[in-house]
Amino acid sequence: MLCDVCKCNDASVFLTQILEGKMQKVNLCDACSKDKGVQDPTGFALADLLLGIGAAEEIEKGATSQKCPVCGFTQADFKKTGRLGCSACYQTFSEGLESLLKAMHKGTEHVGKLPERAARQMELSDKMRALNDNLEKAVAEENYETAASLRDQIKKLEHEMAS
Amino acid sequence: MKFSQVLSSSGEWLRGEGPHHQVVVSSRVRLARNLRHRAFPGWAKKAERTQVLEQIKPHVEALTEMQDSFSELLQDLSALEKQVLVERHLISREHAAKGMGSAVVMNRRQTLSIMINEEDHLRMQAIRSGLQLKSAFKLVDKVDSTLESKLDIAYDQRLGYLTACPTNVGTGMRASAMLHLPGLVLSDLINQVIQAVNKIGLAVRGLYGEGTEAMGNLFQISNQTTLGEKEEEIIARLTKVIETIIEKEHDARQMLIQKKPDTLSDQIGRAYGVLTYAHAMTSKEALNLLSIMKLGVDLGAFPEDRRLPIDELFIETQPAHLQKSSQQKLNAEERDFLRAEIIRARLKLFPKPDMNKVARERERNGASESNQNE
Repeated sequence: MLCDVCKCNDASVFLTQILEGKMQKVNLCDACSKDKGVQDPTGFALADLLLGIGAAEEIEKGATSQKCPVCGFTQADFKKTGRLGCSACYQTFSEGLESLLKAMHKGTEHVGKLPERAARQMELSDKMRALNDNLEKAVAEENYETAASLRDQIKKLEHEMAS
Repeated sequence: MKFSQVLSSSGEWLRGEGPHHQVVVSSRVRLARNLRHRAFPGWAKKAERTQVLEQIKPHVEALTEMQDSFSELLQDLSALEKQVLVERHLISREHAAKGMGSAVVMNRRQTLSIMINEEDHLRMQAIRSGLQLKSAFKLVDKVDSTLESKLDIAYDQRLGYLTACPTNVGTGMRASAMLHLPGLVLSDLINQVIQAVNKIGLAVRGLYGEGTEAMGNLFQISNQTTLGEKEEEIIARLTKVIETIIEKEHDARQMLIQKKPDTLSDQIGRAYGVLTYAHAMTSKEALNLLSIMKLGVDLGAFPEDRRLPIDELFIETQPAHLQKSSQQKLNAEERDFLRAEIIRARLKLFPKPDMNKVARERERNGASESNQNE
């Protein structure tokens, strides 16, 4: 059996770790186990070591032969590299990634920096939602004059969002 | 700007005297960003990688922060030049292994460096001397905002910035500080500190990052997680932990002066002796001894104006810097001779360690402490 880290030496250290009720196995060669500090159980940087490898096993549990429609990346590729193929892969493999991200990070949702472009898009889509609500109401009330004006505004906003 | 100019001036972070510079050598913050729906560099075919590079590079070079910058394709740099940049922490070891389709752009002061097509399409890094994570973040955040207005960056409302490795998703931010901790190492307290830091979800690494050995009593501390916490919160948490470690390091040094003055004198004396008289020296030995010399300056055994030559030797004696300063190709043994020669030359007029001064400092400190007790 080959070492999971360097993938060239024979594994001689076999590690099983139960983390939050999930079992993860890692096989290491002598050099890599020393390198990762496995010999010293107290200083063993578990997260560091398991991230790549545990991640691969985690994702495998999801659907088996999914392929990213944007870049053609598969789960097998993830298992090999521990990296994803493109930004769309997060959507494609979202099911398997969810528990992985949960185990890896403090939270599951981004609360940090919001790019201006995304902030603007969010603002516009909020505005769009409000206009659509008003339009529905106006139509229900048979207030066609308002409805027509709202429809114009929606068209204009659609144009703005597309640009 | 040419490579020779990069080489001729040491980075500002090395010369600068940031807050807590006795213990914190430098602070770095890097952001990882990618273009939407383009294969990440590790997965992209050569043609797509080159396309992405051509799309990003002009915008990076046009940054106001990058006026008078050094910009080079990785394929046009020699292995040695790449290694020099690694030794200065301007590119990662991973980036140095790249060729076609990757580039690096850095400013003259070497405080900002942007890698294109490393593990992510964009890796932007700001370096400051001393403990200045906040201001390093401010710089790189500004650059990020500018680039974001020109490029379609992969961002998800729920997951934040999308990165090649799921460990970076969210903020895409890694903030780290390089700490010089000889006091904690000499008093055998370092493992305790490392374990405590690991427990609270921060990573401790060696000199050149992931998987590298700790040499010269230098340790890098950084955040491990990037999702579910604001950038400012991560930096505040990290800064707080580092401040605690600084305190512990100073305590350890005081303890050494008070409880083990002879051991300390011996260490500093040996470091001085070996560095001034040895004719062959490996880079590891040099780093470890220079670390003790740096401690000697901190404690007053050497005059304060000798700090810079010591700090500079930390970088100058690294293998690639050494090779670069020589005309012909050197093997490891020849490098060890040259390294010792450079150190001897630099330390020629260096005064002998004045351990009495350290003792006097101690008495002064001790006196002020007992005054406080009264």
